[in-house]
Amino acid sequence: MADISIKGLHKTYPGSTELATNNVSLEVAEGEFMVLLGPSGCGKTTLLRMVAGLDFPDQGSISIGGRDVTYLPPQDRNLSMVFQSYAVFPHRNVRTNIAFGLMMKKVPREELERKVEWAADLLQLSPYLDRYPANLSGGQRQRVAVARAIVMDADVLLMDEPLSNLDALLRLDFRAELKKIVQQLGSTTLYVTHDQVEAMSLSDRVAVMKKGQIAQLGHPITVYEEPADRFVGGFIGSPPMNFLDGRITPQGGLEVGGQSIAAPEFLARAAARTGGTAVMVGIRAENISLEQRGAEGSLDAAVEVVEPLGHATLLTVDLGGQTVKVQVPSTARVSAGDTVGLRFEQSALRFFDTETQLGLTA
Amino acid sequence: MAAPDAPAAARPHVPPAGPKVRAPRRRGSSAALLLIAPSIVFMTLLFGWPMVSGVLQAFGGPEGLTTANFTRMSQDPYFWSSVGNTLLLIVVMIPIQFVLALAMALLIRAKPRGASAYFYIWAIPLAVSDLAAGLVWLTVFTDRGYLNSLLASMGQQPVSWLAYDNYPSMFAAVLIAEVWRATSLVFVIVVAGLQSIPKDYEEAAGVFGASFWNRLWHVTLPLLRPSLQTALILRTILAFQTFAVALALTGQNFPLVVGETYRWYTGLQDPNVASALALVVMFVSMVTAVGYLKLLRDQTEAAR
Amino acid sequence: MSHATTARTTAGADRPEPEVDRRPLARQRRNRVLLQVACILITLFMALPIYLIALAAMSSRQSLQKFPLSFIPDNFSTETMQTFLQSTGILGGLINSVQVGVFTLVLSLLIGVPAGYAVARFAFRGREPYQLFLLFTRALPIVVLSVPLAQLFLQTGLYDSALAVVLLHSALALPTTILITASVFLGVPRDVEEAARIFGCSPVQAFLKVVLPMAIPGIAAASIFTFVMSWNEVLGASILTLNQRTLPAQVLSSLAESPLAYRFAGGFLLVVPALVFIFFMRRYLTNMWGSTIR
Repeated sequence: MADISIKGLHKTYPGSTELATNNVSLEVAEGEFMVLLGPSGCGKTTLLRMVAGLDFPDQGSISIGGRDVTYLPPQDRNLSMVFQSYAVFPHRNVRTNIAFGLMMKKVPREELERKVEWAADLLQLSPYLDRYPANLSGGQRQRVAVARAIVMDADVLLMDEPLSNLDALLRLDFRAELKKIVQQLGSTTLYVTHDQVEAMSLSDRVAVMKKGQIAQLGHPITVYEEPADRFVGGFIGSPPMNFLDGRITPQGGLEVGGQSIAAPEFLARAAARTGGTAVMVGIRAENISLEQRGAEGSLDAAVEVVEPLGHATLLTVDLGGQTVKVQVPSTARVSAGDTVGLRFEQSALRFFDTETQLGLTA
Repeated sequence: MAAPDAPAAARPHVPPAGPKVRAPRRRGSSAALLLIAPSIVFMTLLFGWPMVSGVLQAFGGPEGLTTANFTRMSQDPYFWSSVGNTLLLIVVMIPIQFVLALAMALLIRAKPRGASAYFYIWAIPLAVSDLAAGLVWLTVFTDRGYLNSLLASMGQQPVSWLAYDNYPSMFAAVLIAEVWRATSLVFVIVVAGLQSIPKDYEEAAGVFGASFWNRLWHVTLPLLRPSLQTALILRTILAFQTFAVALALTGQNFPLVVGETYRWYTGLQDPNVASALALVVMFVSMVTAVGYLKLLRDQTEAAR
Repeated sequence: MSHATTARTTAGADRPEPEVDRRPLARQRRNRVLLQVACILITLFMALPIYLIALAAMSSRQSLQKFPLSFIPDNFSTETMQTFLQSTGILGGLINSVQVGVFTLVLSLLIGVPAGYAVARFAFRGREPYQLFLLFTRALPIVVLSVPLAQLFLQTGLYDSALAVVLLHSALALPTTILITASVFLGVPRDVEEAARIFGCSPVQAFLKVVLPMAIPGIAAASIFTFVMSWNEVLGASILTLNQRTLPAQVLSSLAESPLAYRFAGGFLLVVPALVFIFFMRRYLTNMWGSTIR
């Protein structure tokens, strides 16, 4: 196991002036599961490929376990990787596929066979060892790809959206299985995905990326509860965070949707000095509860759409002209057209600067 | 809603809506057969008939079926040398062409600057006829040709490359001309084959420790097998028919089997022996094709 | 109040940063140079002979008699080409070659395109054997057909006619045409065709209005390939004709007695179409082999 140290990695897309990664720096501790999360085009895959040695940066450095690998070809880096397309060799059977990396390292026969059996057993591939990939399902091929990677005892394990080609149910099952396996192995893992659920579930820390830069880096719960800017708040969480236009009055009130509730102290103090500021308010759907209309400290709103999801009900609500998503228990009796009172959980409110979109904190 | 165990008759009968549509597969079959019929008729007439006729002709004689033609063929002084030359040419030429074509395809794949120009130039010979290829290299190898001119201008003695008694050099000239001409075809087939291999496989192999040669041997070549197999079969069968190249370069001094066929037909005016020779060529071609198919059989099939 | 900073990590402060190792980069740069050198060498091998025959064909008769020959075009003259073109049968051969090529193209397309469509679109019983049959016939040596065909044509009176050669060349081109057009049609998505049917077209209309336009580039490539094959074919054409020769057959038959200059000019004329054809076809060359190649 080794740590990864990425410093100032700068890369332009070939044939254009667009930046793939813009001076990105990142430290992954030994044994840590780091997830790179972001929409397509944010540079997460390019970053992973540079760590793998499949692409080279224009500037910056990458070191693994204290050894500089920036421009080393992939075969000299002692890594293993699970590809999005699995890249399981179609002309070799499962056993030979899993053993491939060990064969390249010229591991002695007995040890090789032992390791292959172990990995196959871990991924429940033992009955399939002599099969060829054409006779395996997608999910099974994916297991072969993972087995091939974990059998290696590599310094670092890289994964490029390994679950994205699986159907929803399989994805759920395998996600848990993957987490168990990686925890058991304790490998340093760098995992790329655009699925924020995977990021939340698997990571020790998550780096949310946008347009070639890291927007926020931290523990998943921290990133979830305290997004650094509007982009992160909107990207993590399903449904995404609600963003409302609001205003802090000099009197210490928060005006939103044409109504007023109490504002947090630190913002009220600042507004008292400046005579009131416009803010962007962020609140997650599950941190809003319903009350009787007109209740003290609540905001009046009209229910437009009711979506019963089974485990909860998702309401689309009009709050003084702005749309808000509210998550309520499935037992709640609400219909479209009702007027309700919305109570925002004070500790869950987040505020963002209207211009920079960065989070505002005390 | 009818109870699940109610008898079928109790459930309301819903007639199928719209006009009755015949199963598409069957209709497709008759349309398809109609479309391919002309090709089958045409090919049977132009392939089947001549083949049968050719066999009959090879065994034909004034008093009915005979093997006299084959005897005459094998007793001809040039026959065995033509067979020897053809076999030698093939055994030497095919490996050279495939290694060269593979190297060329890998070079192009590495995207050097000017790759599209290189590709165009390297592909030109595949559209050149074997007669033209022979004539092109004639300018080089003939006694007063460019090779000797180069040697003379460097102060060396010119060599008679195409002299009838200079067997190794005649062979080399024919070999070079054919390699020049026919490698292009294999090159293009291999390039197409390489393009269809997703680069993920080679990237994965690289990450797992495979050097360039390892990747070539363990991943690229096995995945190229179908293309290589097709190219090998086509190329070998065509190679058995090398003829105009040698004629252009060496005249009658370097006999090849198909050249002999031509000579028996047009020169000696004996279509029967010519047919016999043609049959020999076909027989050897078929055997080789089957041999290749068996040799390069898909191993993953065996495991099913 | 303060702004939350987009959290960047602090550099690993407790370990000295390793120096960036640029040696692999230098190695790669050197490999790129070697790559270019290899490409240039191969290009020389491929292109030089063509240059030389062009040079020889475009030199005056006089300069060809000199020895050593000059490698630079310092004696440009169309004399050799003119003499060649005026030689017996050459102009006629040229015309015949064009005629045969065009008719072969038309005939093989007429028969081959519907068959290719059938192979691509219909999973009919016998499709596998049919494809095998095509592959088998493509591998059949020309010589096996030419000699008996010559006899047959003699009997049916077709011998020594352009038609005879057209029939032979079409038969040779047909398997490849069918397989290529099949792979071209496979590349035309079925939904587009089905959409046309839903919007009221009959199967034939859908084919002509929707599928054919999308398949034209690939079919054009197959046609050029057929024409080139026919243009270059020398054995069959030589056996099947006596007076109505195609260009290569004509050159071949007079090869033994002709002077060097004649041969050089003939070779050049035979090569020029290759340069032109490949230039126009180069984009299609790799797409032609398609998914039906086994």
